[in-house]
Amino acid sequence: MSGASTTAHSVVEPSGTSKRIAGFLVILYAVVSMIPLAWIFATGWKTPPDSISYPPKVVFEPSLEGYCNLFTTRTRQTAAYIEELGPPQGECDEVTRRREMVIAGSSNYVPRFINSLVIAFGSTFLAVSLGVFSAYAFSRFKIPLADDLLFFILSTRMMPPIAVAIPIYLMYRELGLSDSALGMILLYTAVNVSLAVWLLKGFIDEIPREYEEAAMIDGYTRLHAFFKVVLPQAATGIAATAIFCMIFAWNEYAFAVLLTSGQAQTAPPFIPTIIGEGGMDWPAVGAGTTLFLIPIVVFTVLLRKHLLRGITFGAVRK
Amino acid sequence: MAEIKVENLQKSFGDFVAVKNSNFVVADGEFVVLLGPSGCGKTTTLRMIAGLELPSAGRILLEGKDVTFKRAGERDIAFVFQMFALYPHMNVRANIGFSLKCEGVARAEIRRRVEETARILRIDHMLDMSVSGLSSGDRQRVALGRAIVREPKCFLMDEPLGALDAEFRHLMCGELRGLHNRLKATTVYVTHDQLEAMSMADKIAVMNKGVIEQFAAPEEIYQRPVSMFVADFIGSPPMNFLHFESGLARGSTEVRFGEAVVAMPAVHEELAPSKLVLGVRPEHIRFDDTSKLRGAVYGSEYLGTTQIVTVDTPFGQVKARTSSELSLRPGSHVGLQLNSERLSLFRGDGGRAVKSALYEGEAHG
Repeated sequence: MSGASTTAHSVVEPSGTSKRIAGFLVILYAVVSMIPLAWIFATGWKTPPDSISYPPKVVFEPSLEGYCNLFTTRTRQTAAYIEELGPPQGECDEVTRRREMVIAGSSNYVPRFINSLVIAFGSTFLAVSLGVFSAYAFSRFKIPLADDLLFFILSTRMMPPIAVAIPIYLMYRELGLSDSALGMILLYTAVNVSLAVWLLKGFIDEIPREYEEAAMIDGYTRLHAFFKVVLPQAATGIAATAIFCMIFAWNEYAFAVLLTSGQAQTAPPFIPTIIGEGGMDWPAVGAGTTLFLIPIVVFTVLLRKHLLRGITFGAVRK
Repeated sequence: MAEIKVENLQKSFGDFVAVKNSNFVVADGEFVVLLGPSGCGKTTTLRMIAGLELPSAGRILLEGKDVTFKRAGERDIAFVFQMFALYPHMNVRANIGFSLKCEGVARAEIRRRVEETARILRIDHMLDMSVSGLSSGDRQRVALGRAIVREPKCFLMDEPLGALDAEFRHLMCGELRGLHNRLKATTVYVTHDQLEAMSMADKIAVMNKGVIEQFAAPEEIYQRPVSMFVADFIGSPPMNFLHFESGLARGSTEVRFGEAVVAMPAVHEELAPSKLVLGVRPEHIRFDDTSKLRGAVYGSEYLGTTQIVTVDTPFGQVKARTSSELSLRPGSHVGLQLNSERLSLFRGDGGRAVKSALYEGEAHG
């Protein structure tokens, strides 16, 4: 390739210059997109005064205060009282006392975070399992009005889900599903299942029927053949679908605000409500957001290979 | 091993009839090929025998037992797919042993049988390889291994060599037939390739538009085709057709093409004047300048030991297979001599063969 490129160039391969321009644009876009995330990350390590200083501080002395405030609740005490307590226990105690406060207990961040995990994983699991079964049925069996049914399933995503917020709020209140993990799991599953059916149908259509037929001739039932032959083949599609469902459920804010307030509250509505003395506690919000990003980043990185293959899958026949 | 009996089998998809009233028997240990152009219903027939498709009417008997509506897995048959259908997430060993695992065969026994099968197919050195890295020939062997390992009642194969290149296909043809001779397994094999069919089959069922036109041994089909479709489908180049109009009395032994009189096997039917077609194989045409059946040379294809000469006659174009030493200029006029013992006569409408000494001589035997 490299030797030939001096005398002739391929009409399919982009030239060196256009590759460099493309690379530059991609990097530029990535950097611009990263700025808010980087700012949030930095804010997490600032002190509250630094976080609201003007002009904004890019260079600052890192402090653990944001993370301490995120996980704790604090009460203001007199200097005399703090004096009596003896030496501070650990880093957090120290930063808290510097503001003439003592740690009173742990905050709600951890339980909210766990709610988010339970609800996101639960609804992803449900949406993908329901999706893979119905996608298989749509792909393999002659279903009367299959096209109309598929369109109907897709049509549930044609309006923004929040448009039905009030009916759902009333329904949930009647059913006792308000502020419950089950309610949120069902809701996110309902939103995601149409996406899952459509994505997975595409993947299963690509798996030749002969695999199941071979397994069925070998003596397996259709259900067995499905689990032993179709599912392993559909792994890529399942992973890609799971990522999309997961990202939606993990980041969903509007329904979470509306339907959860107490024990089932997820992290997204909780984080912005962290209030410190005299207004928002921005370092704690930054710290909470940074930690909140970790699971979805790990999940996506783990399944990244599948995601990339999944998005382009079926575009070109192998 | 078992006999397969197909009775009045019919399959329609909506208005389209894929298989029409099919009847045939595959005897125990026989190698039968379903041959026909694409869309003729051969694969549908095979899939119904396998239980992958349910017939609209008719019965399928396996070893005398009605299996028409039994699940594929309960029929104890093996199926080899055109694209092999090897499970990509399993290695060769797991692929071959997959059916035994389902039957609940003990681990050690699976191992023994898989290895024995692999030895027969000479793939025992690649048992622990992934199937995705195999060449198409080796994939084919693994697919066969998967079928053989179960020792099923019969083998069904759907164009198993269709995905191989021409050279390798020829080799596998020989291997498959050798395998069949050793295992003596009842086999139904679907293909659209007449060479595959002719070289392997004990019997061939030639299908056209859902109907079995002829079910007989390869020589029988080649020498005594019962319809113009069969005559045209089998043979390369196919049988030549000379079109003429005439009536024929029972027992006539000649037909007239203008001035030319062509001798042929005695006709066993009374034919009212109508359109008729005389069929002659390319190798049964000789060039003879004394013959009154004449035509102009259109061109020739050199094939090494023989050549195919195309001649335009007033009754249709014919291709003759002759020695390649003969040199004929395009445009030159030649006389054609037809081998009178090997001629077939067909009706112009419908293309059925007219009964004659050629056909009935054997049919009684």
